[in-house]
Amino acid sequence: MTIFLQATVEGLSLAAIYSLVAIGFVLIYKSMDVLSFAQPALAVVGAGIISSLAVDRGIPFWLALILGIFLTGVLSLIIERTFLRPMVGEPVFSVAILTIGIDILLRTVLDSWIGINPRYLGDPFPTFGNFGAINVGGVNLKFLELTALVTAILIILILSVFFKRSKYGVAMRATSFDQEAALAQGINVGRIFGLAWFIAGILAAFAGFFITGGFNTLGQFSFLIALRALPAVVIGGLDSIPGAVVGSIIIGLTQGYVAYYQIPFENLIGFSLGSGFSLLAPYLIMFVILIFRPDGLFGTEEVERV
Amino acid sequence: MLSVQNLEVVYQDVILVLRGVSFEIPKGKIVSLLGSNGSGKTTVIRSITGLLDIQNGDITKGTISVDGEDITNFNPSKIVEKGIAQVLEGRRIFSELTVVENLRLGGHTNSQDIQSNIEKVLDMFPILKQRSKGEAGYLSGGEQQMLAIGRALMSDPSYLLLDEPSLGLAPKLVDQIADLIKEINEQGVTVLLVEQNANMALNVSDHGYIMETGNVVMDNPSEVLLKDEDVREFYLGLNPEGTKRKSFKDVKHYKRKKRWLS
Repeated sequence: MTIFLQATVEGLSLAAIYSLVAIGFVLIYKSMDVLSFAQPALAVVGAGIISSLAVDRGIPFWLALILGIFLTGVLSLIIERTFLRPMVGEPVFSVAILTIGIDILLRTVLDSWIGINPRYLGDPFPTFGNFGAINVGGVNLKFLELTALVTAILIILILSVFFKRSKYGVAMRATSFDQEAALAQGINVGRIFGLAWFIAGILAAFAGFFITGGFNTLGQFSFLIALRALPAVVIGGLDSIPGAVVGSIIIGLTQGYVAYYQIPFENLIGFSLGSGFSLLAPYLIMFVILIFRPDGLFGTEEVERV
Repeated sequence: MLSVQNLEVVYQDVILVLRGVSFEIPKGKIVSLLGSNGSGKTTVIRSITGLLDIQNGDITKGTISVDGEDITNFNPSKIVEKGIAQVLEGRRIFSELTVVENLRLGGHTNSQDIQSNIEKVLDMFPILKQRSKGEAGYLSGGEQQMLAIGRALMSDPSYLLLDEPSLGLAPKLVDQIADLIKEINEQGVTVLLVEQNANMALNVSDHGYIMETGNVVMDNPSEVLLKDEDVREFYLGLNPEGTKRKSFKDVKHYKRKKRWLS
């Protein structure tokens, strides 16, 4: 039972990280109809900015964290204005390819800054007693994981209030529903695109911090963790925020349970699935779900219009 | 006064849709714009409200001005701020959003008065008041049209452009919409009514323009148009007794240009 709870907690905290990136994917997809492959890169760039501010520049950590997250949002906004705004009206396929280019660009710059040795983010989580964790009934709860979980829940709550109550939140929903009708109401659609990217950048930076903070480090392959939000979005359906959250929970829990139960399971079936199977399992789940629900669990069915 | 001078619009760089359209909407009046499908009525509205861009259209000539100020090629949100609101063809309400949210979006550029305006619109349309919390997609066609008009009124416009408000509505509802347009006009809103339903439009409006293939071919006070023989035959479907139906091509109101290489 303890193992099950431990796996659940770790799975859920992974789910929290994935859902932050996944909501960013969905926000951009809903506003511009483009799947932005630059999202995982933004997450690690955000971590890079925090590390550079906190460790290299010696700015107090909490200030560096807030500043880094904000700057990532601004960077995301700049990317939208310079690279994507001129592409409005171009085929969705070319825009998606463009975001792959942005992804490579961001990661190349980041990798050359990281260098050979992984970077720390300078956060105080590892030094909080008992190596940054508390033990509740045999279950080891890491502060960083708990913070990720709480932060993700808070952010999702704030976003849902934002989309329900605020002027720009409602305008974003309207724009994603019918862009022309939104224009006719006097909504500045360009500003809505920018806002979507800004929020997505901020969410990515949060995820980047939770991926690389604590005992973890920022290395050249950290982005692979953020990339696992992609199967989460695909499972949930590209245009649904609740879908992104549910997809992330499925992926996170799968990964958590597989990590803990792989060996007993292998003993049961008599052959080895190989180490690192827990990283592969989310993609297998994605395949299975896509076979039955090609548009994801919550996605709108795609209707081809001529 | 909203005035359109010599407007020429091209879609996709090659399709000439408007060929020098001019008309005026004097303050406080209702002006109707009639014409068959494809004559360019909707394009006129699109060019006034700045929605040509996303349809890949360009204004190549001409000017649009409101109260003497040139607003040609302004972006849509600026134009709404200038007090020009439109009701899109086919209503185009945000059906996934609630009625109140739809109204709030209409007041996007006018956030100070949003609460009082919502109350004003809901008082005007009691049906919408009953269903204000419900999803707009579940409203009936007539209710959706009322919501679309109410949404446009949220920005406190001085000019209201209506694109086929009678589309797909039962005759009784069309009468109701006509009364509504008069009522809105009496409250001081100038109205441009683009319609297929010439009978309704001419009965409501003070002045009418008739468009054919991108040109204004006729304009007269509505009473005069209602009595015009060609208008009676082709737009109202009333031909004088005992006469054979005329062919549309014999009554074209513009001169055919036949020139080589032009």
